[in-house]
Amino acid sequence: MDANVTPVPVTPTLKADVRDLDFYYGSFHALKKVTMPVYERKATALIGPSGCGKSTLLRCFNRMHDLYPGNRYEGGGIVLHPDNTNLLAHGVDPIEVRMRISMVFQKPNPFPKSIFENVAYSLRVRGLRNKSELDDRVEAALKGAALWKEVSGRLSELGANLSGGQQQRLCIARALASDPELILFDEPTSALDPIATASIEELITELKEKVTILIVTHNMQQAARISDYTAYMYLGEMIEFGITDQLFIKPQKKQTEDYITGRFG
Amino acid sequence: MNELKSGVSESMELGTLRRIIVRAKRWDLFFVVLGILSLMIGVLTFAVLFADMASKGLPRLNWEFFTSFPSRRAANAGILSAWVGTILVMLVTAVAAIPLGVAAGVYLEEYAPKNWITDVIEINVSNLAGVPSIVYGLLALGLFVYQFGFGQSILSAGLTLALLILPVVIVATREAIRSIPQSVREGSYACGATTWQTVRDHILPYSSPGILTGIIIGMARAIGETAPIITIGALTFIAFLPPQPYVGDPPAGLFDWLFAPFTVMPIQMFNWTSRPEAAFAENAAAAGFVLVFMTLLMNGLAIYLRYRLRKNIKW
Repeated sequence: MDANVTPVPVTPTLKADVRDLDFYYGSFHALKKVTMPVYERKATALIGPSGCGKSTLLRCFNRMHDLYPGNRYEGGGIVLHPDNTNLLAHGVDPIEVRMRISMVFQKPNPFPKSIFENVAYSLRVRGLRNKSELDDRVEAALKGAALWKEVSGRLSELGANLSGGQQQRLCIARALASDPELILFDEPTSALDPIATASIEELITELKEKVTILIVTHNMQQAARISDYTAYMYLGEMIEFGITDQLFIKPQKKQTEDYITGRFG
Repeated sequence: MNELKSGVSESMELGTLRRIIVRAKRWDLFFVVLGILSLMIGVLTFAVLFADMASKGLPRLNWEFFTSFPSRRAANAGILSAWVGTILVMLVTAVAAIPLGVAAGVYLEEYAPKNWITDVIEINVSNLAGVPSIVYGLLALGLFVYQFGFGQSILSAGLTLALLILPVVIVATREAIRSIPQSVREGSYACGATTWQTVRDHILPYSSPGILTGIIIGMARAIGETAPIITIGALTFIAFLPPQPYVGDPPAGLFDWLFAPFTVMPIQMFNWTSRPEAAFAENAAAAGFVLVFMTLLMNGLAIYLRYRLRKNIKW
Protein backbone atom coordinates (compact mmCIF):
# COMPACT_ATOMS: atom_id res chain seq x y z
CA MET A 1 0.00 0.00 0.00
CA ASP A 2 1.26 3.42 -0.84
CA ALA A 3 1.44 5.47 2.36
CA ASN A 4 1.31 8.72 0.46
CA VAL A 5 -2.18 8.30 -0.90
CA THR A 6 -4.33 11.12 0.40
CA PRO A 7 -7.25 9.72 2.37
CA VAL A 8 -10.52 9.80 0.47
CA PRO A 9 -12.79 12.25 2.31
CA VAL A 10 -15.59 10.31 3.99
CA THR A 11 -18.84 11.26 2.30
CA PRO A 12 -21.41 11.94 5.01
CA THR A 13 -24.74 10.15 4.94
CA LEU A 14 -27.58 12.00 3.31
CA LYS A 15 -30.40 12.83 5.75
CA ALA A 16 -32.63 14.82 3.46
CA ASP A 17 -32.45 16.25 0.01
CA VAL A 18 -34.36 19.08 -1.55
CA ARG A 19 -35.05 18.41 -5.21
CA ASP A 20 -36.13 21.11 -7.64
CA LEU A 21 -38.43 22.64 -5.06
CA ASP A 22 -40.74 25.48 -6.04
CA PHE A 23 -42.80 27.33 -3.48
CA TYR A 24 -45.49 29.97 -3.91
CA TYR A 25 -47.10 32.41 -1.45
CA GLY A 26 -50.25 32.90 -3.48
CA SER A 27 -48.88 34.19 -6.76
CA PHE A 28 -45.46 35.11 -5.35
CA HIS A 29 -42.81 32.64 -6.48
CA ALA A 30 -40.72 32.44 -3.30
CA LEU A 31 -38.50 29.42 -4.00
CA LYS A 32 -37.24 28.66 -7.50
CA LYS A 33 -36.04 25.17 -8.33
CA VAL A 34 -34.11 24.84 -5.09
CA THR A 35 -31.89 21.77 -4.80
CA MET A 36 -29.65 21.01 -1.85
CA PRO A 37 -28.57 18.10 0.36
CA VAL A 38 -28.78 17.97 4.16
CA TYR A 39 -26.20 15.63 5.71
CA GLU A 40 -26.79 13.52 8.76
CA ARG A 41 -25.37 14.80 12.06
CA LYS A 42 -24.01 17.90 10.43
CA ALA A 43 -25.10 21.49 10.79
CA THR A 44 -26.15 23.09 7.54
CA ALA A 45 -26.56 26.85 7.49
CA LEU A 46 -28.80 28.81 5.15
CA ILE A 47 -27.54 32.34 4.55
CA GLY A 48 -28.59 35.18 2.30
CA PRO A 49 -30.05 38.69 2.44
CA SER A 50 -33.52 39.34 3.87
CA GLY A 51 -36.29 38.04 1.65
CA CYS A 52 -34.05 35.55 -0.16
CA GLY A 53 -36.26 32.62 0.86
CA LYS A 54 -34.06 30.99 3.48
CA SER A 55 -36.76 30.95 6.16
CA THR A 56 -39.32 29.92 3.56
CA LEU A 57 -37.18 26.92 2.65
CA LEU A 58 -36.69 26.03 6.32
CA ARG A 59 -40.42 26.13 6.99
CA CYS A 60 -41.03 23.74 4.08
CA PHE A 61 -39.19 21.05 6.07
CA ASN A 62 -41.88 20.85 8.77
CA ARG A 63 -44.77 21.91 6.54
CA MET A 64 -45.33 25.09 8.57
CA HIS A 65 -46.69 26.68 5.40
CA ASP A 66 -49.66 24.31 5.54
CA LEU A 67 -51.06 26.39 8.42
CA TYR A 68 -51.81 29.31 6.12
CA PRO A 69 -54.06 29.40 3.08
CA GLY A 70 -52.72 30.16 -0.38
CA ASN A 71 -49.33 28.49 0.04
CA ARG A 72 -48.30 25.95 -2.59
CA TYR A 73 -45.44 23.49 -2.92
CA GLU A 74 -44.46 22.39 -6.40
CA GLY A 75 -41.66 20.55 -8.10
CA GLY A 76 -39.71 17.67 -6.67
CA GLY A 77 -40.10 18.08 -2.94
CA ILE A 78 -37.97 17.19 0.06
CA VAL A 79 -37.00 13.55 0.49
CA LEU A 80 -36.17 12.35 3.99
CA HIS A 81 -33.76 9.42 4.33
CA PRO A 82 -33.35 6.57 5.04
CA ASP A 83 -37.03 5.80 4.33
CA ASN A 84 -37.26 7.96 1.18
CA THR A 85 -40.38 9.76 2.30
CA ASN A 86 -41.21 12.89 0.33
CA LEU A 87 -42.21 15.29 3.10
CA LEU A 88 -44.25 17.42 0.74
CA ALA A 89 -46.21 14.61 -0.90
CA HIS A 90 -49.98 14.93 -0.61
CA GLY A 91 -50.33 11.58 1.11
CA VAL A 92 -47.90 12.52 3.88
CA ASP A 93 -49.56 13.99 6.96
CA PRO A 94 -47.90 17.26 8.04
CA ILE A 95 -48.32 16.12 11.65
CA GLU A 96 -46.19 13.05 10.95
CA VAL A 97 -43.57 15.33 9.39
CA ARG A 98 -43.57 17.61 12.46
CA MET A 99 -43.25 14.60 14.76
CA ARG A 100 -40.02 13.65 12.98
CA ILE A 101 -38.64 17.16 12.45
CA SER A 102 -38.83 19.72 15.24
CA MET A 103 -38.27 23.44 15.13
CA VAL A 104 -36.85 26.31 17.18
CA PHE A 105 -38.16 29.74 16.28
CA GLN A 106 -36.63 33.16 15.88
CA LYS A 107 -38.21 34.64 18.98
CA PRO A 108 -38.34 32.32 22.01
CA ASN A 109 -41.96 31.13 22.19
CA PRO A 110 -42.40 29.16 25.38
CA PHE A 111 -46.00 28.26 26.21
CA PRO A 112 -47.47 30.13 29.18
CA LYS A 113 -47.12 26.92 31.18
CA SER A 114 -44.57 25.60 33.64
CA ILE A 115 -41.01 24.81 32.57
CA PHE A 116 -41.78 21.11 32.93
CA GLU A 117 -44.97 21.27 30.87
CA ASN A 118 -43.21 23.22 28.13
CA VAL A 119 -40.75 20.40 27.56
CA ALA A 120 -43.27 17.65 28.27
CA TYR A 121 -45.66 19.00 25.65
CA SER A 122 -43.91 17.45 22.68
CA LEU A 123 -44.06 14.12 24.55
CA ARG A 124 -47.69 14.51 25.56
CA VAL A 125 -48.82 15.04 21.97
CA ARG A 126 -47.13 11.71 21.27
CA GLY A 127 -49.40 10.10 23.83
CA LEU A 128 -46.84 9.68 26.60
CA ARG A 129 -48.66 9.64 29.96
CA ASN A 130 -46.35 7.70 32.25
CA LYS A 131 -45.20 10.17 34.92
CA SER A 132 -41.77 8.68 35.62
CA GLU A 133 -40.96 8.34 31.93
CA LEU A 134 -42.06 11.94 31.38
CA ASP A 135 -39.84 13.04 34.28
CA ASP A 136 -36.85 11.19 32.86
CA ARG A 137 -37.24 12.46 29.35
CA VAL A 138 -37.89 16.06 30.39
CA GLU A 139 -34.73 15.92 32.51
CA ALA A 140 -32.75 14.45 29.63
CA ALA A 141 -34.03 17.11 27.23
CA LEU A 142 -33.24 19.94 29.66
CA LYS A 143 -29.74 18.49 30.15
CA GLY A 144 -29.37 18.24 26.39
CA ALA A 145 -30.30 21.90 26.13
CA ALA A 146 -27.80 22.85 28.87
CA LEU A 147 -30.60 24.24 31.00
CA TRP A 148 -31.01 21.55 33.66
CA LYS A 149 -28.57 23.06 36.18
CA GLU A 150 -30.35 26.39 36.07
CA VAL A 151 -33.93 25.13 36.35
CA SER A 152 -33.84 21.73 38.06
CA GLY A 153 -35.17 23.21 41.30
CA ARG A 154 -38.00 25.20 39.77
CA LEU A 155 -39.62 23.08 37.09
CA SER A 156 -43.09 24.23 38.12
CA GLU A 157 -42.34 27.91 37.50
CA LEU A 158 -43.61 29.64 34.38
CA GLY A 159 -41.36 29.39 31.35
CA ALA A 160 -41.90 33.09 30.73
CA ASN A 161 -40.09 33.92 33.99
CA LEU A 162 -36.78 32.78 32.50
CA SER A 163 -34.38 35.15 30.74
CA GLY A 164 -34.45 35.39 26.93
CA GLY A 165 -31.51 33.05 26.44
CA GLN A 166 -32.92 30.54 28.93
CA GLN A 167 -36.31 30.71 27.19
CA GLN A 168 -34.64 29.88 23.89
CA ARG A 169 -32.82 26.92 25.48
CA LEU A 170 -36.18 25.85 26.92
CA CYS A 171 -37.57 25.89 23.38
CA ILE A 172 -34.56 23.84 22.26
CA ALA A 173 -35.29 21.36 25.08
CA ARG A 174 -38.89 21.17 23.84
CA ALA A 175 -37.61 20.47 20.33
CA LEU A 176 -35.14 17.86 21.64
CA ALA A 177 -37.50 16.00 23.96
CA SER A 178 -39.17 14.05 21.20
CA ASP A 179 -35.87 12.69 19.78
CA PRO A 180 -36.27 14.32 16.37
CA GLU A 181 -34.31 13.26 13.29
CA LEU A 182 -33.75 16.84 12.26
CA ILE A 183 -34.01 20.13 14.13
CA LEU A 184 -34.78 23.35 12.28
CA PHE A 185 -33.47 26.60 13.72
CA ASP A 186 -34.95 29.81 12.33
CA GLU A 187 -32.49 32.59 13.28
CA PRO A 188 -32.49 31.31 16.86
CA THR A 189 -30.22 34.02 18.27
CA SER A 190 -31.48 37.13 16.54
CA ALA A 191 -33.55 38.16 19.58
CA LEU A 192 -30.74 37.45 22.07
CA ASP A 193 -27.80 39.35 23.54
CA PRO A 194 -24.20 38.31 22.66
CA ILE A 195 -23.67 36.17 25.78
CA ALA A 196 -26.90 34.24 25.30
CA THR A 197 -26.04 33.93 21.62
CA ALA A 198 -22.67 32.38 22.47
CA SER A 199 -24.29 29.80 24.74
CA ILE A 200 -26.85 28.85 22.07
CA GLU A 201 -24.10 28.51 19.45
CA GLU A 202 -22.08 26.29 21.77
CA LEU A 203 -25.17 24.19 22.36
CA ILE A 204 -25.84 23.79 18.64
CA THR A 205 -22.23 22.70 18.13
CA GLU A 206 -22.75 20.00 20.77
CA LEU A 207 -26.14 18.97 19.41
CA LYS A 208 -24.89 18.20 15.93
CA GLU A 209 -23.02 15.20 17.33
CA LYS A 210 -26.41 13.60 17.89
CA VAL A 211 -28.89 15.16 15.52
CA THR A 212 -29.01 16.75 12.09
CA ILE A 213 -29.31 20.52 12.18
CA LEU A 214 -30.55 22.99 9.61
CA ILE A 215 -30.15 26.60 10.66
CA VAL A 216 -31.17 29.88 9.09
CA THR A 217 -28.96 32.77 10.11
CA HIS A 218 -28.35 36.26 8.86
CA ASN A 219 -25.10 36.35 10.78
CA MET A 220 -22.33 35.06 8.50
CA GLN A 221 -19.85 34.72 11.35
CA GLN A 222 -22.36 32.50 13.08
CA ALA A 223 -22.72 30.32 9.99
CA ALA A 224 -18.93 30.10 9.74
CA ARG A 225 -18.58 29.23 13.43
CA ILE A 226 -21.17 26.52 13.82
CA SER A 227 -22.01 24.98 10.47
CA ASP A 228 -20.35 22.22 8.44
CA TYR A 229 -22.16 23.11 5.22
CA THR A 230 -23.50 26.42 4.03
CA ALA A 231 -26.01 27.30 1.38
CA TYR A 232 -26.19 30.82 -0.02
CA MET A 233 -29.57 31.85 -1.34
CA TYR A 234 -30.63 34.93 -3.24
CA LEU A 235 -34.07 35.92 -4.56
CA GLY A 236 -35.49 32.46 -4.02
CA GLU A 237 -32.67 30.66 -5.77
CA MET A 238 -29.93 28.44 -4.39
CA ILE A 239 -26.80 30.21 -5.57
CA GLU A 240 -24.16 28.05 -3.98
CA PHE A 241 -23.92 25.11 -1.63
CA GLY A 242 -20.67 23.80 -0.17
CA ILE A 243 -18.53 22.89 2.78
CA THR A 244 -18.61 25.96 5.04
CA ASP A 245 -14.85 26.52 5.14
CA GLN A 246 -14.56 26.29 1.39
CA LEU A 247 -17.58 28.47 0.73
CA PHE A 248 -16.30 31.23 2.96
CA ILE A 249 -12.64 31.03 1.88
CA LYS A 250 -13.03 30.29 -1.76
CA PRO A 251 -16.58 30.78 -3.03
CA GLN A 252 -17.21 29.46 -6.52
CA LYS A 253 -19.69 32.15 -7.55
CA LYS A 254 -19.12 35.87 -7.82
CA GLN A 255 -22.49 36.57 -6.13
CA THR A 256 -21.55 34.52 -3.09
CA GLU A 257 -18.22 36.27 -2.85
CA ASP A 258 -19.88 39.68 -3.01
CA TYR A 259 -22.25 38.74 -0.22
CA ILE A 260 -19.76 37.17 2.17
CA THR A 261 -17.23 39.93 1.71
CA GLY A 262 -19.91 42.48 2.52
CA ARG A 263 -19.94 44.17 -0.88
CA PHE A 264 -23.62 43.44 -1.01
CA GLY A 265 -26.54 42.49 1.24
CA MET B 1 -26.17 81.41 12.10
CA ASN B 2 -27.43 77.99 13.16
CA GLU B 3 -24.38 77.03 15.14
CA LEU B 4 -25.13 75.50 18.51
CA LYS B 5 -24.10 77.55 21.51
CA SER B 6 -24.24 75.61 24.80
CA GLY B 7 -26.68 73.13 23.29
CA VAL B 8 -29.33 75.64 22.23
CA SER B 9 -29.77 76.66 18.63
CA GLU B 10 -29.40 80.39 18.09
CA SER B 11 -32.20 80.46 15.60
CA MET B 12 -34.70 79.75 18.40
CA GLU B 13 -34.59 81.57 21.67
CA LEU B 14 -35.01 79.35 24.70
CA GLY B 15 -37.84 81.64 25.80
CA THR B 16 -39.68 81.19 22.50
CA LEU B 17 -39.20 77.44 22.73
CA ARG B 18 -40.76 77.35 26.19
CA ARG B 19 -43.70 79.46 25.10
CA ILE B 20 -44.39 77.06 22.22
CA ILE B 21 -44.31 74.08 24.59
CA VAL B 22 -46.71 75.79 27.02
CA ARG B 23 -49.09 76.59 24.17
CA ALA B 24 -48.97 73.04 22.82
CA LYS B 25 -49.57 71.61 26.27
CA ARG B 26 -52.79 73.58 26.65
CA TRP B 27 -54.44 71.02 24.41
CA ASP B 28 -53.46 68.28 26.86
CA LEU B 29 -55.18 70.18 29.64
CA PHE B 30 -58.22 70.81 27.48
CA PHE B 31 -58.56 67.12 26.64
CA VAL B 32 -58.09 66.01 30.24
CA VAL B 33 -60.93 68.27 31.33
CA LEU B 34 -63.14 67.08 28.48
CA GLY B 35 -62.37 63.44 29.28
CA ILE B 36 -63.11 63.77 32.99
CA LEU B 37 -66.40 65.54 32.19
CA SER B 38 -67.48 62.79 29.79
CA LEU B 39 -66.59 60.17 32.35
CA MET B 40 -68.49 61.95 35.11
CA ILE B 41 -71.70 62.14 33.08
CA GLY B 42 -71.84 58.35 32.91
CA VAL B 43 -70.61 57.61 36.41
CA LEU B 44 -72.66 60.29 38.16
CA THR B 45 -75.89 59.39 36.36
CA PHE B 46 -75.52 55.80 37.52
CA ALA B 47 -74.57 56.87 41.05
CA VAL B 48 -77.60 59.16 41.36
CA LEU B 49 -79.97 56.51 40.01
CA PHE B 50 -78.51 53.88 42.30
CA ALA B 51 -78.61 56.16 45.36
CA ASP B 52 -82.21 57.13 44.61
CA MET B 53 -83.23 53.49 44.25
CA ALA B 54 -81.34 52.55 47.39
CA SER B 55 -82.93 55.34 49.47
CA LYS B 56 -86.41 54.28 48.38
CA GLY B 57 -85.89 50.54 48.49
CA LEU B 58 -83.45 49.88 51.33
CA PRO B 59 -86.07 50.19 54.10
CA ARG B 60 -87.94 47.31 52.42
CA LEU B 61 -84.90 45.06 52.25
CA ASN B 62 -85.22 42.52 55.00
CA TRP B 63 -85.19 38.74 55.25
CA GLU B 64 -88.95 38.49 54.63
CA PHE B 65 -88.57 40.40 51.33
CA PHE B 66 -86.40 37.58 50.00
CA THR B 67 -88.49 34.73 51.43
CA SER B 68 -92.01 35.93 50.57
CA PHE B 69 -94.04 35.45 47.44
CA PRO B 70 -95.65 38.46 45.78
CA SER B 71 -98.81 39.60 47.51
CA ARG B 72 -101.67 42.03 46.99
CA ARG B 73 -100.54 43.78 50.16
CA ALA B 74 -97.36 45.67 49.44
CA ALA B 75 -95.96 45.25 52.94
CA ASN B 76 -96.16 41.45 52.70
CA ALA B 77 -94.95 41.15 49.11
CA GLY B 78 -91.51 39.67 48.42
CA ILE B 79 -89.29 38.53 45.59
CA LEU B 80 -88.85 34.82 46.38
CA SER B 81 -90.32 33.53 43.12
CA ALA B 82 -88.53 36.26 41.17
CA TRP B 83 -84.99 35.68 42.37
CA VAL B 84 -85.34 31.91 42.23
CA GLY B 85 -86.74 32.28 38.71
CA THR B 86 -83.90 34.58 37.66
CA ILE B 87 -81.23 32.22 38.97
CA LEU B 88 -82.80 29.15 37.31
CA VAL B 89 -83.29 30.95 33.98
CA MET B 90 -79.66 32.18 34.11
CA LEU B 91 -78.52 28.62 34.80
CA VAL B 92 -80.28 27.37 31.67
CA THR B 93 -78.91 30.33 29.69
CA ALA B 94 -75.35 29.62 30.81
CA VAL B 95 -75.56 25.88 30.13
CA ALA B 96 -76.92 26.54 26.63
CA ALA B 97 -74.96 29.63 25.57
CA ILE B 98 -71.46 28.82 26.85
CA PRO B 99 -70.74 25.57 24.97
CA LEU B 100 -72.50 26.77 21.80
CA GLY B 101 -70.87 30.20 21.77
CA VAL B 102 -67.37 29.01 22.64
CA ALA B 103 -67.54 26.15 20.14
CA ALA B 104 -68.73 28.51 17.39
CA GLY B 105 -66.00 31.02 18.20
CA VAL B 106 -63.27 28.36 18.26
CA TYR B 107 -64.50 26.90 15.00
CA LEU B 108 -64.54 30.28 13.26
CA GLU B 109 -61.03 31.19 14.47
CA GLU B 110 -59.16 27.89 14.35
CA TYR B 111 -60.91 25.62 11.87
CA ALA B 112 -63.03 27.55 9.38
CA PRO B 113 -61.37 28.20 6.02
CA LYS B 114 -61.05 31.92 5.36
CA ASN B 115 -63.42 32.45 2.45
CA TRP B 116 -66.55 34.42 1.59
CA ILE B 117 -68.88 31.99 3.39
CA THR B 118 -67.00 32.56 6.64
CA ASP B 119 -67.15 36.31 5.98
CA VAL B 120 -70.93 36.16 5.56
CA ILE B 121 -71.25 34.16 8.78
CA GLU B 122 -69.04 36.68 10.55
CA ILE B 123 -71.18 39.62 9.44
CA ASN B 124 -74.30 37.74 10.46
CA VAL B 125 -72.99 37.03 13.93
CA SER B 126 -72.16 40.71 14.44
CA ASN B 127 -75.61 41.67 13.17
CA LEU B 128 -77.31 39.21 15.53
CA ALA B 129 -75.80 41.13 18.44
CA GLY B 130 -77.73 44.18 17.27
CA VAL B 131 -81.15 42.53 16.82
CA PRO B 132 -83.70 44.02 19.29
CA SER B 133 -84.36 41.61 22.12
CA ILE B 134 -88.12 41.62 21.53
CA VAL B 135 -87.47 39.97 18.17
CA TYR B 136 -85.75 37.11 19.98
CA GLY B 137 -88.87 36.93 22.15
CA LEU B 138 -91.09 36.51 19.10
CA LEU B 139 -88.77 33.89 17.61
CA ALA B 140 -88.74 31.98 20.90
CA LEU B 141 -92.52 32.19 21.24
CA GLY B 142 -92.95 30.47 17.90
CA LEU B 143 -90.03 28.07 18.19
CA PHE B 144 -89.56 27.02 21.81
CA VAL B 145 -93.03 27.67 23.26
CA TYR B 146 -95.18 26.27 20.43
CA GLN B 147 -93.07 24.37 17.91
CA PHE B 148 -90.96 22.46 20.45
CA GLY B 149 -93.77 22.49 23.00
CA PHE B 150 -91.61 23.69 25.88
CA GLY B 151 -94.47 25.97 26.97
CA GLN B 152 -94.12 29.18 28.94
CA SER B 153 -91.39 27.68 31.02
CA ILE B 154 -87.97 28.29 32.56
CA LEU B 155 -86.51 26.21 29.73
CA SER B 156 -88.04 28.44 27.04
CA ALA B 157 -86.89 31.59 28.82
CA GLY B 158 -83.37 30.28 29.39
CA LEU B 159 -82.97 29.22 25.77
CA THR B 160 -84.33 32.58 24.56
CA LEU B 161 -81.79 34.50 26.59
CA ALA B 162 -79.11 32.05 25.46
CA LEU B 163 -79.90 32.95 21.84
CA LEU B 164 -79.79 36.60 22.80
CA ILE B 165 -76.30 36.45 24.30
CA LEU B 166 -74.88 33.88 21.89
CA PRO B 167 -73.41 36.56 19.57
CA VAL B 168 -71.79 38.27 22.57
CA VAL B 169 -70.16 35.01 23.65
CA ILE B 170 -69.03 34.21 20.09
CA VAL B 171 -67.52 37.64 19.54
CA ALA B 172 -65.80 37.61 22.96
CA THR B 173 -64.41 34.13 22.28
CA ARG B 174 -63.03 35.20 18.91
CA GLU B 175 -61.48 38.37 20.29
CA ALA B 176 -59.86 36.41 23.12
CA ILE B 177 -58.50 33.79 20.71
CA ARG B 178 -57.16 36.45 18.36
CA SER B 179 -55.11 37.98 21.15
CA ILE B 180 -53.03 34.78 21.39
CA PRO B 181 -49.76 35.36 19.50
CA GLN B 182 -49.35 33.32 16.35
CA SER B 183 -45.92 32.23 17.63
CA VAL B 184 -47.59 30.18 20.37
CA ARG B 185 -49.81 28.44 17.83
CA GLU B 186 -46.81 27.70 15.61
CA GLY B 187 -44.92 26.38 18.62
CA SER B 188 -47.69 23.93 19.33
CA TYR B 189 -48.04 22.77 15.74
CA ALA B 190 -44.26 22.44 15.45
CA CYS B 191 -44.39 19.96 18.36
CA GLY B 192 -46.62 17.81 16.18
CA ALA B 193 -49.94 18.77 17.76
CA THR B 194 -53.20 18.45 15.85
CA THR B 195 -55.58 21.40 15.64
CA TRP B 196 -57.73 19.88 18.39
CA GLN B 197 -54.71 19.35 20.67
CA THR B 198 -53.67 22.94 20.02
CA VAL B 199 -57.17 24.17 20.86
CA ARG B 200 -57.50 22.01 23.98
CA ASP B 201 -54.00 22.56 25.39
CA HIS B 202 -53.31 26.15 24.33
CA ILE B 203 -56.07 28.14 22.66
CA LEU B 204 -58.80 27.50 25.24
CA PRO B 205 -56.64 27.82 28.37
CA TYR B 206 -54.96 31.01 27.19
CA SER B 207 -58.15 32.65 25.98
CA SER B 208 -60.23 31.65 29.00
CA PRO B 209 -59.90 35.00 30.81
CA GLY B 210 -61.30 36.85 27.81
CA ILE B 211 -63.97 34.25 27.11
CA LEU B 212 -65.07 34.29 30.74
CA THR B 213 -65.35 38.06 30.75
CA GLY B 214 -67.47 37.91 27.60
CA ILE B 215 -69.74 35.26 29.08
CA ILE B 216 -70.33 37.23 32.26
CA ILE B 217 -70.96 40.48 30.37
CA GLY B 218 -73.49 38.59 28.25
CA MET B 219 -75.10 37.09 31.36
CA ALA B 220 -75.24 40.51 33.01
CA ARG B 221 -77.13 41.72 29.96
CA ALA B 222 -79.48 38.74 29.99
CA ILE B 223 -80.32 39.06 33.69
CA GLY B 224 -82.00 42.41 33.10
CA GLU B 225 -83.88 41.48 29.92
CA THR B 226 -87.62 41.89 30.25
CA ALA B 227 -89.15 42.19 26.79
CA PRO B 228 -88.37 38.72 25.37
CA ILE B 229 -89.37 37.06 28.64
CA ILE B 230 -92.74 38.83 28.63
CA THR B 231 -93.18 37.87 24.98
CA ILE B 232 -92.81 34.18 25.68
CA GLY B 233 -95.36 34.60 28.48
CA ALA B 234 -93.68 34.69 31.86
CA LEU B 235 -96.28 35.16 34.56
CA THR B 236 -96.24 38.35 36.57
CA PHE B 237 -97.78 36.90 39.68
CA ILE B 238 -96.38 33.61 40.89
CA ALA B 239 -96.95 32.31 44.38
CA PHE B 240 -95.09 29.01 44.14
CA LEU B 241 -91.62 27.77 43.37
CA PRO B 242 -90.64 25.38 40.57
CA PRO B 243 -90.77 21.74 41.73
CA GLN B 244 -87.64 20.58 43.52
CA PRO B 245 -86.23 17.32 42.17
CA TYR B 246 -87.31 14.23 44.13
CA VAL B 247 -89.53 16.29 46.47
CA GLY B 248 -93.32 16.27 46.74
CA ASP B 249 -95.98 13.66 46.13
CA PRO B 250 -95.61 12.16 43.60
CA PRO B 251 -91.88 13.14 43.67
CA ALA B 252 -90.86 15.55 40.93
CA GLY B 253 -88.39 14.40 38.30
CA LEU B 254 -84.85 15.76 38.16
CA PHE B 255 -85.67 18.16 35.35
CA ASP B 256 -89.33 18.96 36.02
CA TRP B 257 -88.41 22.50 37.14
CA LEU B 258 -87.36 23.26 33.58
CA PHE B 259 -90.99 23.14 32.49
CA ALA B 260 -92.44 25.13 35.37
CA PRO B 261 -94.01 28.55 34.94
CA PHE B 262 -91.86 31.29 36.41
CA THR B 263 -91.22 34.95 36.84
CA VAL B 264 -87.94 36.89 36.91
CA MET B 265 -86.69 39.98 38.74
CA PRO B 266 -87.24 42.59 36.03
CA ILE B 267 -90.80 41.35 35.42
CA GLN B 268 -91.54 41.52 39.12
CA MET B 269 -90.23 45.10 39.11
CA PHE B 270 -92.25 45.99 36.04
CA ASN B 271 -95.36 44.55 37.67
CA TRP B 272 -94.87 46.58 40.85
CA THR B 273 -94.11 49.86 39.09
CA SER B 274 -97.36 49.58 37.17
CA ARG B 275 -99.36 49.53 40.41
CA PRO B 276 -100.84 52.84 41.62
CA GLU B 277 -99.99 52.39 45.32
CA ALA B 278 -96.80 54.16 46.47
CA ALA B 279 -95.86 51.19 48.67
CA PHE B 280 -95.40 49.02 45.58
CA ALA B 281 -93.02 51.63 44.11
CA GLU B 282 -90.86 51.03 47.18
CA ASN B 283 -90.96 47.30 46.52
CA ALA B 284 -89.91 47.94 42.91
CA ALA B 285 -87.00 50.09 44.07
CA ALA B 286 -85.91 47.39 46.51
CA ALA B 287 -86.11 44.70 43.79
CA GLY B 288 -84.20 47.02 41.45
CA PHE B 289 -81.51 47.40 44.07
CA VAL B 290 -81.20 43.62 44.37
CA LEU B 291 -81.07 43.23 40.57
CA VAL B 292 -78.36 45.88 40.17
CA PHE B 293 -76.47 44.27 43.02
CA MET B 294 -76.66 40.88 41.28
CA THR B 295 -75.31 42.45 38.09
CA LEU B 296 -72.49 44.22 39.91
CA LEU B 297 -71.62 40.96 41.66
CA MET B 298 -71.35 39.19 38.32
CA ASN B 299 -69.17 41.95 36.87
CA GLY B 300 -67.01 41.88 40.00
CA LEU B 301 -66.61 38.14 39.58
CA ALA B 302 -65.61 38.68 35.94
CA ILE B 303 -62.92 41.17 36.91
CA TYR B 304 -61.60 38.92 39.67
CA LEU B 305 -61.49 35.79 37.49
CA ARG B 306 -59.81 37.65 34.66
CA TYR B 307 -57.17 38.94 37.06
CA ARG B 308 -56.59 35.47 38.56
CA LEU B 309 -56.36 33.68 35.22
CA ARG B 310 -54.20 36.32 33.53
CA LYS B 311 -51.55 36.11 36.22
CA ASN B 312 -50.24 32.89 34.70
CA ILE B 313 -50.37 34.01 31.10
CA LYS B 314 -47.38 35.94 29.83
CA TRP B 315 -46.16 36.01 26.29
